[in-house]
Amino acid sequence: MAASEHIVGRGIGNKLILLSVILVAVIWMLPIAWTLLLSFKPNSELMISTASAFHPPYTLKNYTDIFQSSGVFRWLWNSAVVSIGVTAGILILSSLAGYGFARAEFKGRDIIFVLVLLGLAVPEQAVIIARHQIFSDLKMHNTYPAIILPGLSSAFGVFLMTQYFKAIPKDIDEAAMLDNASRFKIFWKVLLPLTVPAQATLGIFSFLGAWNDYLWPLISATKPEMFTITVGMASTQTNFAQSEGLGFLMAQAIFAGLPVFIVYLFFQKYIVRAVAGAAIN
Amino acid sequence: MTDATLSPGKAVAAVKRPTGASIGPRWTNALFIAPYMVFYLALLVYPLFKGIWMSMLESDMFDDTSKFTGLANYYRLFNDKIFIGTIWNTVLFVLMTVPVFVAIGLLLALALNRSDRTSASLRAIFFGTSVLSVTIVTIIWKMMYMPGNGAIASIMKLFGLEPIAFITSSSLALPAIAITTIWWIIGLPMMLFLAALQQIPGELYEAAALDNASRWRSFWSITLPSIRRTMLVVVIYEIVAQFQLFGQAQLLTQGGPNNASRPIVQFIYEQGFRSWNLGYAAAASEILFLIMAVAALAQFFASRKRVEE
Repeated sequence: MAASEHIVGRGIGNKLILLSVILVAVIWMLPIAWTLLLSFKPNSELMISTASAFHPPYTLKNYTDIFQSSGVFRWLWNSAVVSIGVTAGILILSSLAGYGFARAEFKGRDIIFVLVLLGLAVPEQAVIIARHQIFSDLKMHNTYPAIILPGLSSAFGVFLMTQYFKAIPKDIDEAAMLDNASRFKIFWKVLLPLTVPAQATLGIFSFLGAWNDYLWPLISATKPEMFTITVGMASTQTNFAQSEGLGFLMAQAIFAGLPVFIVYLFFQKYIVRAVAGAAIN
Repeated sequence: MTDATLSPGKAVAAVKRPTGASIGPRWTNALFIAPYMVFYLALLVYPLFKGIWMSMLESDMFDDTSKFTGLANYYRLFNDKIFIGTIWNTVLFVLMTVPVFVAIGLLLALALNRSDRTSASLRAIFFGTSVLSVTIVTIIWKMMYMPGNGAIASIMKLFGLEPIAFITSSSLALPAIAITTIWWIIGLPMMLFLAALQQIPGELYEAAALDNASRWRSFWSITLPSIRRTMLVVVIYEIVAQFQLFGQAQLLTQGGPNNASRPIVQFIYEQGFRSWNLGYAAAASEILFLIMAVAALAQFFASRKRVEE
């Protein structure tokens, strides 16, 4: 094969590949497009046939119904409280611990760090029965702390922040030490501002993780008024087969997906960088 | 909690030394890790051991007592056909999804490893579904799979085909869950592969192009060897992640029909929090942990080998 022929073939090949990926992407979006379409249809019509989605009438009633049934808003609020709580907690604990493991010397530090890293290998399912028991004994189920606190034991953030603090050149804090600054002051004033990119990464991961968490909130929050949106949406789909409120259910799905989708659109760059960064570690 | 967070600063400030923060080990430095360690010990280490202990108890929910029964729960589990079935289902699910995650993830990454806007939008589409919660994903896919009125059934009817009852068929329920899962989180392996591809120096491909190497050839001799480690990370990460299958199965098929799609975690959930057989559920969770620990160890040895290389 001649070189020129090769290059021409490559150009066409590239276009074909891109075209087929676009096709796959369209298929990928179909379920969401379908859901969106159904969410604008009157429930009564969908009960007869979902094919009616292709022609009018369309309605906003399913969405206005969400505003009238207070459940969804309560769940969104709960999710916001839980996700912000988990994110703030993880950022504070991981930053302090990350600095501690990377910079502050004390006896047994390296052994403790290895033990913390071993914690990464413990899946949630291995501790969930006992955790449930602990919060039962404390009579804390169906409270925000019960839903939030277990998330703070994750070692991932500590690992990430330790790596990040370690990568900061040592001369920066050594200069501050000569200036008579205390350890905490160095951490707070000098090093912490340098970790903002890592905080963004960890923050987004923690927020999305907490928002979408299903198993623990399902177990801990048993009262509907304490459901997160993720658990609440699960509770509404049990009698799906009857499909009385199909359009309403689809509108709920779209509505519940909006907050994370907006977060995704705004922070897409960070999220992509976060995933890529985590990959290199 | 607030006190614990603030105390490192106070403690260090209280000891006034002419040189400010000293270099070298001091116990007050440990205060930085103390707040996290409280959570780590109370909500990870303690429940881990408590869980092992609970797995050796038989709890009686009527008078709220429990007695030590040694390995009886484990013995019972291995004779429980439903539990063995859930292990089999979970392994089958892992075998169905992991190779697809690797193959499609890599294909998408190869196709979209470009800096134009189209590729960026396509990447955003494939990754975008990952940010949805499992409950939204299952609502969407119930709509797809619904017999009679679902999207797939409607399309099949359009072509004059007999609609397939995915969710109510014991041989198709698990594959239906697998398809949903791949649709949901294909973005992560794609991103991991993209990150790896971008690490490969461009000169390698330029040299190959000068040598007139075919696309196929440069894939085999440049791309594949360069991303070997990422491949391994993706495989092991996905094995561990897919062993934890729960929400999709619980919400799409409820584990049915006839237990055909019930995974281990759903078994644990139902035994623990529906039937309140806490000891029995704890034992099942230890077995799941053991299976996953083997995968995590594999990851550890793989990454250590890389350091040695």
